[in-house]
Amino acid sequence: MRASTGARVGQYIALLAYLVFLAFPLLWLISTAFKSPRELGSLHPTWIPRHPTLANFRQAFDEQPLLHAALNSLLAALGAALIAVVIATPMAWVMARRRTLLARAATGWVVVSQAFPFVLVIIPLFLVLKNLRLIDSLAGLVLVYVVWSLPFALWMLVGYVRAVPPELEEAAAVDGAGKLRTLVSVTAPLLAPGIVATALFAFVTAWNEFFFALVLLKTPEKQTLPVVLTHFIGAEGVADLGPLAAAAFLATLPSLVVFSLIQRRLTGGMLTGAVKS
Amino acid sequence: MTSVTGVSVTEARRPQNRAPSRDRRRRAPDHAAWFLVLPALIPILVLSVGPLLYGILLAFTDSQSGRTAPTQWIGGLNFRDLLHDTLFWESFRIGLVWAVGVTVPQFLLALGLALLLNQDLRMRWLARALAIVPWAMPEVVVGIMWRIVYNPDAGILNETLHDLGLGNGRDWLSSLTTALPAVIVVGVWAGMPQTTVALLAGLQNTPRELHEAAAVDGAGAWRRFRTVTWPALRPVALAITALNLIWNFNSFALVYVLTNGGPGGRTRLPMLFAYEEAFRYGQFGYAAAMGCVMVAVISVLLAVFLVGRLRGGDDA
Repeated sequence: MRASTGARVGQYIALLAYLVFLAFPLLWLISTAFKSPRELGSLHPTWIPRHPTLANFRQAFDEQPLLHAALNSLLAALGAALIAVVIATPMAWVMARRRTLLARAATGWVVVSQAFPFVLVIIPLFLVLKNLRLIDSLAGLVLVYVVWSLPFALWMLVGYVRAVPPELEEAAAVDGAGKLRTLVSVTAPLLAPGIVATALFAFVTAWNEFFFALVLLKTPEKQTLPVVLTHFIGAEGVADLGPLAAAAFLATLPSLVVFSLIQRRLTGGMLTGAVKS
Repeated sequence: MTSVTGVSVTEARRPQNRAPSRDRRRRAPDHAAWFLVLPALIPILVLSVGPLLYGILLAFTDSQSGRTAPTQWIGGLNFRDLLHDTLFWESFRIGLVWAVGVTVPQFLLALGLALLLNQDLRMRWLARALAIVPWAMPEVVVGIMWRIVYNPDAGILNETLHDLGLGNGRDWLSSLTTALPAVIVVGVWAGMPQTTVALLAGLQNTPRELHEAAAVDGAGAWRRFRTVTWPALRPVALAITALNLIWNFNSFALVYVLTNGGPGGRTRLPMLFAYEEAFRYGQFGYAAAMGCVMVAVISVLLAVFLVGRLRGGDDA
C-alpha cells in the first residue's frame, strides 16, 4: 500500500515533531551536565557547551555519596531481580499449565495489584518491617522490591511458559522423567531467555524505584541512588544545576543499557500479553 | 548450581517409582503445584495481601507513629474527618485533573506515534529508540531533567520561547497558574512509551490484508482507521487507558521531584498528601483511611468507565 507524496511529507513532519518532543529534554540534560559553571550562569543558555568540562561530575561525587548510593542501588536491584525470578518461575509455570483455583487466584492478584495505591500498603508494610527490624535496611527494601516486581514478572513469565509447547513436557514424562526433572532439564532451558529478560526488567524497576526507598531508608549511607539524587535539590528547591544534571545523567545509564538489551523482548511480551488478555 | 544438584537428586530417586500408579499421578501434581507456588506465595501473603488487609484495619484506628499509648479502634471516625477535610478533597480533585489530563493527551500522542512507527518511514528506528528512553529513565531523573528544562534562568524552554519571540517566559513550576499544566506535560512525556508500545503491539495484530481490501474499495485514510484499525485496536486501547488512569492517579515520584506538591498545594496529588500525613505528621490511621477512599473511588470510576466504553463501543 503506497501513501501519496503529500501524505508522506505530512508523516515525516509529524515524525520530526515527535523526535523533537522526545529528545529535547534529554539533549538539554546532557548539555547541562557538560557545561562550565560560567556557562550555566549565562543569561542566554546555548545548546552545545562551548567549553565542555567534566567538573560537574567531579563536584557531584564530592557533594553526595554517589558511589555508595549506586552500590546500594546495585545490591538492592540485583537481589530483588534474582530472588524474584527464582520464586516467580515455578509459580508462573503452575499458572500457565494448571487451571486450579490457586492459579486463577494468582492471576486475579496480578491484575488487582496493579491498581491499589501504595499508600494503603506502605503504612502497614512500614509497621510490619519495623517489627521484623527490617526498617532502614537494604534487606527489607529487597523484600519489598521482590513482591513489588512479582506481578509483572509473573505476567511476563506466564507468557514465556505458554510459548513452550506442553507436548515437550509430556514427551519427557512418557520417557520416565519426573516432574522436577522435566521442569529443570526440558522446560527451564527453553525458558532461559525469557527468565533473563524478566530478571533484567525486575532489575531496572528496582534500580529506578523511589517511593519505597524514600519511606524505608532513613540513614544516608543506606539510601539508594534515586533518593540521594533528590538531596541535590535543596530544601528551598534551589539546585546546583551542573552537578545535578551530571548525577542524573549517570544514574540513567545502567537502566538505559539494560533496557536496550531487553527492549525487543519486552515489546514481544507486551504483544502476547495484549493478545491473551 | 542449585539446579544441577536438583537434577542429580531426582535422578537418584526417580528410578524406584518409574511407573506411578494412576492414583499417584493424579494426586501428586497438586502437591507439586503447592511446592512450586509456595516460595512466591508466602512473600505475597506476608508483604502484599497481608499489609493490604492490615491497611484497611488501620483506617479504623487512631494509629500514629511514635505514640506510647496503645492504638485504639475508633470506628468510622477517620472517614468522618476525611469527609470534612477540604484539603484532601482538593488534592483528590487535582489527582483527577492530573490523571485525565495526562492520560488523554498521552493516548492521542501515543496513538499518532504508533501509527507512524507502523509505517515504512526512514527515521523510524530513531523514533523507536527515543520512544523507549523515557520508559527506561528513573522517574526521579525525569523529574530532575524537566526541572532543568523549566528552570527560569538557565532552562532551554524560556530561552526557546524568547528566541521565537514569544515573550520572556516565566517560572513555570512556581507559578500558581502554570504549575499543574507544566507537570502534566512531564507526565505525558514520561508515560508515552508504554502506551505507544502497547498500541504498536495492537496495530501489528491487525491483518494487513484488511487494510489493503479497504484501500481497494476506495476507503480513505480516516475511513480505514475507523472501520479496520480502530476495531482491532480497541481492546488494547481500553486496557492501556484504564491502567494509565489508575497509575497516573497513584503517581508520586515525578511530582515529588518537580514541585513537591507546590506552589500552594496546586500540584499536591493524593499520594503526596497521604505521604505527608503518614510520614511527616505520623497520622498512620488517617492516611490509611485516605488510601481506602482512593481505592474505593478508583474502583467505582473505573467500573463506570469500562462499562460505559464497552457499551458505547458497539454503535461506534
